[in-house]
Amino acid sequence: MLEADNLECVRGERRLFAGLGFKLEAGELLYLQGKNGSGKTSLLRMLIGLLPPETGEIRWKGESIKSDEFRADLCYLGHLNAIKEELTPLENLLASAHLADEALSEDDALDALEQVGLAGREDLACKYLSQGQKRRVALARLVKEKRPLWILDEPFVALDIAAVDWLAGIISGHLQRGGLAVMTTHQLVDIPAGTVRELRLS
Amino acid sequence: MKDRFNLYRFASPATFYPFAGALIPYFVAVSIVFGLAGLWLGMLVAPTDFQQGEGYRIIFIHVPASWMSMFIYLVMAGWAAIGLAFNTRLSGMMAQALAPTGALMAFLSLLTGALWGKPMWGAWWVWDARLTSELILLFLYIGYMALTAAIDDARRADKAGGLLLLVGVVNIPIIYFSVKWWNTLHQGSSVNLAKSSMATTMLWGMLLMAMCFWMYSIAIALMRVRTIMLERERHTDWVKAELLGKAGDEK
Amino acid sequence: MFRIIAAVIGRDLKLAMRRQSDIVSALFFFIIVVSLFPLGIGPEPELLRKLAPGVLWVAALLATMLSLPRMFADDHRDGTLEQLALAPHPLGLVVTGKVIAHWLVSGLPLALIAPVLGIQFDLSTDALVVLTFAILIGTPALSGIGAIGAALTMGLRGGGVLLSLLVLPLYIPVLIFGAGAVDATVSGLGGEGHLSLLAALTFASLGFAPWASAAALKIALE
Repeated sequence: MLEADNLECVRGERRLFAGLGFKLEAGELLYLQGKNGSGKTSLLRMLIGLLPPETGEIRWKGESIKSDEFRADLCYLGHLNAIKEELTPLENLLASAHLADEALSEDDALDALEQVGLAGREDLACKYLSQGQKRRVALARLVKEKRPLWILDEPFVALDIAAVDWLAGIISGHLQRGGLAVMTTHQLVDIPAGTVRELRLS
Repeated sequence: MKDRFNLYRFASPATFYPFAGALIPYFVAVSIVFGLAGLWLGMLVAPTDFQQGEGYRIIFIHVPASWMSMFIYLVMAGWAAIGLAFNTRLSGMMAQALAPTGALMAFLSLLTGALWGKPMWGAWWVWDARLTSELILLFLYIGYMALTAAIDDARRADKAGGLLLLVGVVNIPIIYFSVKWWNTLHQGSSVNLAKSSMATTMLWGMLLMAMCFWMYSIAIALMRVRTIMLERERHTDWVKAELLGKAGDEK
Repeated sequence: MFRIIAAVIGRDLKLAMRRQSDIVSALFFFIIVVSLFPLGIGPEPELLRKLAPGVLWVAALLATMLSLPRMFADDHRDGTLEQLALAPHPLGLVVTGKVIAHWLVSGLPLALIAPVLGIQFDLSTDALVVLTFAILIGTPALSGIGAIGAALTMGLRGGGVLLSLLVLPLYIPVLIFGAGAVDATVSGLGGEGHLSLLAALTFASLGFAPWASAAALKIALE
């Protein structure tokens, strides 16, 4: 489903990696590992189509990723939360779904917020939430997310142990439904379902 | 396919650097020849204007500088379009190399306009449509240079600068038209530097001077693009070899 | 297509309403700048009438500039801009929405307050109507062209000053036709010609600027 061929990444004057390729099929998870500055985030930005690779090509379902169709299949979670401080968690969730052209009912959004442990805080502006809680607002998107390809940049950062387990469960569920996921992480978390592949950047 | 390959090879800094270096002396020489001929025609041969006296001779600098300032902006926009369409590295470097020369030409045009205006109208500056447009053009050059200077990543600087140039090129006719409209409504004084009944010798003098400025611009842009190349590609093998070779020569 | 534009406008307006101080301060900046001129040049009604169109328009350009740097910077900082760029529709549509929202919170209030300020400059009723109308139809072009500058300078040091350097020369036609419309009305020539050119500028920039801005944003996001 997701294929990368002969990718090369140059940032500034440094070549971060070259000749990188992989194939990922339905139900598979790709762990990207490597030191800080090894190009993990750059690779993710290539996979979502924001950073054109120096050479090489990325294909989704056999087609180049430069299409609106690819983005309709993609859910990306960066290291920034992409939530607005002035809006409440509920408004944030609904707004990001609208802007991404996803159907999300208010009930579903409330349910998702309850699952991430934000019940009772739906109507509080996000600037009053803690870092971890803000991260949970961002992660709440994944609860009802039906798009097949998830690309997650350090999803476990700033989460407590219970939340890490919960998120691992969400990702497993996604893989069981035949989804694909690519993620970077420093801590290896056991994802109970799906095939796990690893790619180490050095 | 073969042509494409050759074009890309030509556009690569490692090939272009020595090529440009070889061309520079010729452009300098041609520029000097045209300049001497133009000055001779303009300063010595062309007749004294019966209304304006000798002072009018500054148009031999003013008009070619104005032409070049506009022409260089178009050339930069052309490079920008190529760069954005084909993602060639050379294009952005050429646009950046040309910008200071274009700004200099616009400045020269304004300066000579002011020097000419003082004896003619008794004022250094008159809000004439052409001078005003030239001033705005200078602002556009400065904006471009400020933008590319503010962006650290050379690639991003090239692309963002290129986009700004294209936006500018779309806007220049609109700006020029609006300034002209504004000028006619307010009936400001109009500079009639180049009269329609211009003597043939004067026209030739201006054309020769324009050629001189043109060749000068190419020579100086090639010199500048060479330094830009060295700076940007300092981590590559060919630059190291180049610098080592130079050091060897000096010994 | 209209759904996404409407969604962006709705979100941006909601955010602006939660941060009303931004709108209010740009508006007061406009009022203060315009009110300073009579203090600087003297209160002769004849002189003020002559200067009013230019003063009001230049102040409108500057007031619009104030809010431009934040057009994309906030979304960039918290990662929302990436999400917008990844949504399955062209980024140009998103920017169109943002331009319209920017105009609603920056240009529209200026047009509403302009007649009051025009009275301070002893403008006739005709001139006040034309002034309001000109600012109403001219300011969308300012938001549109400004979006290009905001996108090009996003995340750069000294972005605000740089932005004005890039954008103000491109604002000149709007200034000329906007102030010219009022001028022509005052001198009895009729401002229709100016107003239609102003409308043309607005349409052209609303069609063209969002796509140029989208291209600039993609460059900045790389």
